[in-house]
Amino acid sequence: MAMPERLYLPLRQHVGVPAEPVVQVGARVHKGQLLARSGGPISAPIHASTSGVIADITEFTAPHPSGLAGPTIILDPDGEDRWGPRNPPADPFSLEPDEIATRVGAAGVVGMGGAAFPSAVKLDSWRRRPIRTLIINGAECEPYLTCDDRLMRERASGVVDGARLMMRALGACQVMLAVEANKPEALASLAEAARDYAYIEVRRLPVRYPNGSAQHLVTLLTGSEVPAGGRSADVGAVVYNVATAHAVYRALVHDEPLLSRVVTVDGGAVTHPGNLEVPLGALVEDLLRAAGGVSGQDRLIIGGPMMGVMLPHARVPVVKGTSGILALSVAETARRPTAPCIRCGRCVQACPCGLVPLEMAARVRTGDLEGAAGYGLEDCINCGACAYICPSFVPLTQYFQHGQGGLKARRAAVRKIEATRLLAERRSARLAREAQRKAEEAAQRKAARQKQQAAKAAKEGAP
Amino acid sequence: MYAIPSVTLLGLGLGLLLAMAARWLRVEGDPLVEELVALMPNSQCGQCGYAGCGIAAEAIARGEAPVTLCPPGGRSLAEALASRLGLSVDLSAVEECPEQLALVDESNCIGCTRCIKVCPTDAIIGGPRQIHVVLRDACTGCGKCVAICPTECLQVHLVTPTLNTWQWPLPASQPAVV
Repeated sequence: MAMPERLYLPLRQHVGVPAEPVVQVGARVHKGQLLARSGGPISAPIHASTSGVIADITEFTAPHPSGLAGPTIILDPDGEDRWGPRNPPADPFSLEPDEIATRVGAAGVVGMGGAAFPSAVKLDSWRRRPIRTLIINGAECEPYLTCDDRLMRERASGVVDGARLMMRALGACQVMLAVEANKPEALASLAEAARDYAYIEVRRLPVRYPNGSAQHLVTLLTGSEVPAGGRSADVGAVVYNVATAHAVYRALVHDEPLLSRVVTVDGGAVTHPGNLEVPLGALVEDLLRAAGGVSGQDRLIIGGPMMGVMLPHARVPVVKGTSGILALSVAETARRPTAPCIRCGRCVQACPCGLVPLEMAARVRTGDLEGAAGYGLEDCINCGACAYICPSFVPLTQYFQHGQGGLKARRAAVRKIEATRLLAERRSARLAREAQRKAEEAAQRKAARQKQQAAKAAKEGAP
Repeated sequence: MYAIPSVTLLGLGLGLLLAMAARWLRVEGDPLVEELVALMPNSQCGQCGYAGCGIAAEAIARGEAPVTLCPPGGRSLAEALASRLGLSVDLSAVEECPEQLALVDESNCIGCTRCIKVCPTDAIIGGPRQIHVVLRDACTGCGKCVAICPTECLQVHLVTPTLNTWQWPLPASQPAVV
């Protein structure tokens, strides 16, 4: 798509600590220049998507269900799209594992399937336990989304090279490229690109939502189940999205930070739906304009229709984890009033995690979050399968998101109480110590005074 | 003649008995109260209306105060107290107390250090004639500093949700039975 007039780059496009700006307002920057450095061990830097001038660093609406604003760097492109110096390594495939992870981190690569977890942190997971399998997730199981499909069809060799680099960084011995069977072209082009590498296996997955969830993918491909509250690395596998693998390839082979991504623009209200390569920081309204505009839009969603987030308006930027923009028409959204639960149990059958959604929702509704946690509330991946199947249209996913947020807040509050209790106890111990010291000093002074007076009396009495 | 030694002996004997009774038959503090105190924040902030956590715990143990009295403890503390006392409390009626923090209005702070001396959790730092700062992580929002501040520059504010702390609300239209 054409370069928009303004780019809005939120400092927090990833899971973890926000990035810290390193440029001043008014500074001229070239394409790929570092704008904000990583803010901590779990964080990712932000780079200029094109050359231009920093117009402002201010609060701007974030692509988040709350519609709240977050700190954002605003960049006015100069239209030249001028790169800064780049020095790609002579042979990226002979780099040390640490060097690969460092370069991936410096390029600001995060999980591009939606979770946006900093990729370099995951590349270090071999330090805790050996990683056997690298899984490249091309399942793309959500309806509407086709951005990964297009990427695999058109840039399969980049995906394969990225996967080889990550395998080297992780010390894994095999790579599985997992694609759902409804994408035959992508399967064919990946198989072609991976033909020369015996350790890369292209796996055809059954078409079933949510096979693209990392935990379900690991179980499907390796047969081992990720423990509750654990990560896939706990069973010796690490999962990356195909777009992440491609970004790693660009970062290592061409020394390009993550500056753009493929985004699906779809939905009944979009005039010309399709996949666009979008500079990070472009507004959703720019994308919709590039897709020929919208008519009869009922709901605007960022992400997929199952797990995506409803947007309050179109002046929200595309970030690293944005896979799709859906402008749904009235016919697609079907708002129906919620009816009482009839305990039919369809949600229990639908739940891919083996949970009991109706019992969890009943407990969340009455505020019994611990009870809901006992039913596995924290293992819920919010896939939305239960809410989709519910004949009473109970917004189950929202109950679970509310409950998970409440549990997190409660845990944080308990930690804070523990911390402040410690502070209060230390303070009272300190006050007691001070009081004792003062009393001792007073006693000493009193004794000294008495001694002095006694000496004085003796002196006066002597002559 | 016998009066003096007999009364002296009687006095000594009774004194010894009393000393022994004080040592061996000492009445210990109510163990239930001690357990409740261990659950409570112990910052002695006084937001519940009692002078300190120990006194509040005694009132709870006697059944004079509800288990939901502690604002900083919130719902989780109410649940813990209720389960310890074997009470069933309708916790859905208990509003999760919104988090609040004290904040210094820097244009008004004269650096008198009075707030630093009363803060039960040492959450305020600063020196004489230096602008004071409240440490977010240590402040319980008890408001003791607000009462003592001579220039009213310390005020307790509700914490507005950020992208980090925002939570999904419960669905608006709730069905009759779930």
